[in-house]
Amino acid sequence: MKFTLSWLKTHLETDADLATLTDGLTNIGLELERVQDRAAALSAFKVAYVIEAVQHPNADRLRVCQVDTGSGTVSVVCGAPNARGGMKAVFAPPGSTIPDSGIVLKIGEIRGVKSAGMLVSARELGLGDDHSGIIDLPPDAPIGMPYTDFAGLGDPVIEIGVTPNRGDALSVRGVARDLAAAGFGTLKQLSSIPIAGNGPGRLRWAIEIPDACLWVLGRTIRCLRNGPSPKWLADRLVSIGLRPINALVDITNFFTIDLGRPLHVFDAGKVSGDTLSFRPGANETFRALNGRDYTATPEDCVIADASGVQSIAGVMGGADTGCDEATTEVFVECALFDPVRVALSGRRHQIVSDARQRFERGIDPALMPHAIEAATRMILELCGGEPSEIVAAGAEPAWQRTATMRLDAPEKLGGLAVPPDECADLLARLGFTLAARDAASLTVNVPSWRNDIAAGTPLDQSPDLAPDRAAASAAGRVPMEQEADLVEEILRLKGLDAIPPVSMPPLGPVPAPTLTPRQSRETLARRTLASRGLVECVTFSFMAARHAALFGPDDAALRLANPIASDLDQMRPTPIATLALAAQRNATRGFPTANLFEIGPAFRGTAAEAQRRVASGLRSGPTPRDWREPARAPDAIDARADALAVLSALGVPMDALTTTTDAPDFYHPGRSGQLRQGPKTILASFGELHPRVLAALDFAGPVAAFEIQLDAIADPKRRRRAPADLPAFQPLRRDFAFVVDAATPSDLLLRAARGAAHGAERALIAGVALFDVYAGDNVEPGRKSLGLEVTFQPRDRTLTDAEIEAACAKVVAAVGKATGAVLR
Amino acid sequence: MSDDLTSLRRETDAALAAASELRAWDAIRVGVLGKNGKLTALLKQLGTASPEERRERGAALNRLRDDLTAAIEQRRASLDAAAMDARLAAERIDVTLPPRPSGGGLIHPISRTMDEMAAIFGAMGFEIAEGPDIESDWLNFSALNIPAHHPSRQELDTFYLPAASGASPPVLRTHTSPVQARAMLTREPPFRIIAPGRTYRSDHDATHSPMFHQVEGLALARNLTLGHLKGCLSDFLRAFFGLPSLPVRFRSSYFPFTEPSMEVDIGWNRRTGELGGGGDWLEILGSGMVHPKVLANCGIDPRAWQGFAFGMGIERVTMLKLGIPDLRPFYESDLRWLRHYGFNPLLPAMLHEGVGA
Repeated sequence: MKFTLSWLKTHLETDADLATLTDGLTNIGLELERVQDRAAALSAFKVAYVIEAVQHPNADRLRVCQVDTGSGTVSVVCGAPNARGGMKAVFAPPGSTIPDSGIVLKIGEIRGVKSAGMLVSARELGLGDDHSGIIDLPPDAPIGMPYTDFAGLGDPVIEIGVTPNRGDALSVRGVARDLAAAGFGTLKQLSSIPIAGNGPGRLRWAIEIPDACLWVLGRTIRCLRNGPSPKWLADRLVSIGLRPINALVDITNFFTIDLGRPLHVFDAGKVSGDTLSFRPGANETFRALNGRDYTATPEDCVIADASGVQSIAGVMGGADTGCDEATTEVFVECALFDPVRVALSGRRHQIVSDARQRFERGIDPALMPHAIEAATRMILELCGGEPSEIVAAGAEPAWQRTATMRLDAPEKLGGLAVPPDECADLLARLGFTLAARDAASLTVNVPSWRNDIAAGTPLDQSPDLAPDRAAASAAGRVPMEQEADLVEEILRLKGLDAIPPVSMPPLGPVPAPTLTPRQSRETLARRTLASRGLVECVTFSFMAARHAALFGPDDAALRLANPIASDLDQMRPTPIATLALAAQRNATRGFPTANLFEIGPAFRGTAAEAQRRVASGLRSGPTPRDWREPARAPDAIDARADALAVLSALGVPMDALTTTTDAPDFYHPGRSGQLRQGPKTILASFGELHPRVLAALDFAGPVAAFEIQLDAIADPKRRRRAPADLPAFQPLRRDFAFVVDAATPSDLLLRAARGAAHGAERALIAGVALFDVYAGDNVEPGRKSLGLEVTFQPRDRTLTDAEIEAACAKVVAAVGKATGAVLR
Repeated sequence: MSDDLTSLRRETDAALAAASELRAWDAIRVGVLGKNGKLTALLKQLGTASPEERRERGAALNRLRDDLTAAIEQRRASLDAAAMDARLAAERIDVTLPPRPSGGGLIHPISRTMDEMAAIFGAMGFEIAEGPDIESDWLNFSALNIPAHHPSRQELDTFYLPAASGASPPVLRTHTSPVQARAMLTREPPFRIIAPGRTYRSDHDATHSPMFHQVEGLALARNLTLGHLKGCLSDFLRAFFGLPSLPVRFRSSYFPFTEPSMEVDIGWNRRTGELGGGGDWLEILGSGMVHPKVLANCGIDPRAWQGFAFGMGIERVTMLKLGIPDLRPFYESDLRWLRHYGFNPLLPAMLHEGVGA
């Protein structure tokens, strides 16, 4: 919302300076966005008279001008094609700064001729794009007058942000009212003397959809003469960025800003028939005032004459019945529309207009009679003409209501005790008249322009609430909303700075844990992965559908209806997908080695439980070159190590994990697996990415990736730890070399060896480790040799050689039975 | 000393001096002190001497034995030392060699900020709550007093997913505020929660990303006021930025889900970007008392419970705290950027170690 200081002062009697007013606006919730004080930047530039302009002796395109600046005559060298003797121009004296270039002018010589200043173009003053010549002022411009005064630019332009609840502040008057209430002056009275009309006029209203158009006033003015607006009106519109069109149109734009009251003028001569109807659109196309064609749907409320749609109500008028310089008879529309209807029509047709902005926030219904009289008066002043009587349809809706607050509410809700008299006074200044007051509460009448207070709009309660809970909370809302509405008004006028801050009262001497166990797992997983050398990333949750399809089902339910870009249109099935793209980007930048991880959502549906929290990571590119170890490609076992490290850190019992070779399809089928706890629960997948996936990403790879299902990991149980096992006897170790079919998983042998001892000897085998995998010479083709180190832990005495022999034999037997392996 | 003893002494000294390694040294030892050694032989001959002679020669032999034993052991020690010196010289390596590459993992600044927020708000009794990224229209909008036609719904630039037949389409949550509604529906007041997480708006330029992060806060009790909101946020901002006297300003504003509403500014220097002084104000978050309609929509009786809510951009405060000039690299996973702004995983955010640095 933009307005100028002088415009504000047509409604506000104030001595406050600009800075005081703008600070005040921000404090009361009408946040200052910008002040453009052009007078300050342009104060040095004055109207001057060019006495003569003669050819420069040494330059073809320059002229030497003798300029009367009002305080003496100076010589100025000028290159503008339109510089000529006898013109009025804008003079920049030495010492002034040219806004466009930032250059500070000095007295100088140009090709041997003295130049003591400059004649400037509009662009050089930052006032537009015109640089075809210097500003050419009318002959009556007073010499020596500051140009900003002459051009009406001396008026600071104030721009504020108006929050969606404050339709009333989308008007200069509304802003003035708020400032007056906050103590920055006095609101001027609106003069309101009705203008007597002569006869009913030719046009009348018909409302077919009373829920869309509640009330409308209209008036015909004939025998008028339309033309350009007078300078004061044109300047006012230009100053806030509106283009003057003609007096009739400008008057409607003026009242839109001045009173927040959009009006429309039909050229009565162009209206077919004698009735303008508010009716549903019938899929008719019409051309709007912005020059575009729109097709009004049955959901839109349109204004139509005998020939069809002439306007989308409250949004934009039509070109066919618009007023131009030839208009001699006008029909003024002043209507009240349902805000929701206007909002939906505006959104449907993607029309943003000053009218729509105000209608959808709510218009002051009581202002309508005044507004049409004020508009009539201005039309008569500027265009002449003969007004008809006002014609109306519908009726003023009942907007009257009260709001009540308890007297201690400012303290109980706002933390600031405000004396009851002061509450009543502050509200009165905003237009809330006192309806009732007792020892405990205050009831006020809500003014017509404040549709946001005690609005009582319907609740939208959760359908899952128990009926008594729903009813109790709904009943509580009514008084508390009114109270909050009024407390907010009181506090914003008092200034929130007045509220003393209070630190949060502690809930206990030591704060309870902030994280749930699941959240703690996530944090621990993050630290574990980072401490293993992976760098945490945050990648987008959406990606290109064609890439997402490489990593999961092509799910139309997870495709955005309105993506911001075609490569961000699908919710990712796994962060591995976006991490792979990130690694590929790093490789393209010249950093082929990227060890990355991300903890975030993987989307397998739109339900809450289908949005899983996962910890994903990958290692791509060669390991770093080292003087001791050659670089190598990351492999599935690296990814398995990362996954196991996280699961171990999160307290998953490692002995209970099994590995299956059924990882998702985006992995290499022969170089991937899943880590399971029990038959059903998948805790993680790992492996090298499928070569086809890498090729589709145009990524050389290989890439070893993993994904840990954080939601699948059980909360740790609170359990006392068993006493530590610290046998007094030394463990002893024996190595075994087993030859087994090459396809046999090593895990089978390890498990069999670990479980080789039974019963009382169960604890004898304390550990089994794989130390060698060999295939080649001395091992038959299709078989491999696995070296296992088994640790035996005697419990109560040193083992005899015979006992050791027997234990080793059990290991060989168990492994052989489970896998067919034989000792090498 | 008789000549034979003198010559044995001289002979042995010479041999020891010539012995350059342990084997030669041992041969000398055995040749002198061994069972068949020269000194041993001389001692054996002592029995054949007269008692007079025996006493005298015995004493001389004993002296010689002690001297030779000492000389031999001394030589052994010097040979050992030389051998150790030689070994150490042979084992010398280049200790300036770089170690095996390892580590280098880092925590993303967004996670760091979330951890710091958890630490600071946690100390004020807040717990972390969560909700999904894909939300229902009701939780993202309607519950929060943003009906379908509300002007502020358009300003939020919502991403939509396909609707199941007859239902309103799910949305990518435009703010973390739906977690407020989830908390009110599932928890019994009083409670205090914060909800950090991903949020989405259809906006992409130098200062907007289609995905970003917010933290939501909600505290409900019988008697919390705007004063507590001011205190809570001032306390947080000063701890988070490590500036105990950070200027904090509260301005009236409007959000559909709070009333009264206020925006919070912190003091900074617009020109240098330095926080704390400078006389300029920087808008940093929105807040207010929970709107009675929001409470009622979620089944909480506004007559019994009241409280405050706030929402803050995580990237925004991270950029301010760390002096990061540009938003977009947060999501680009450029290793150079991550290495520059990432955090050591072994320095978790803990109040007793300080998070305001």
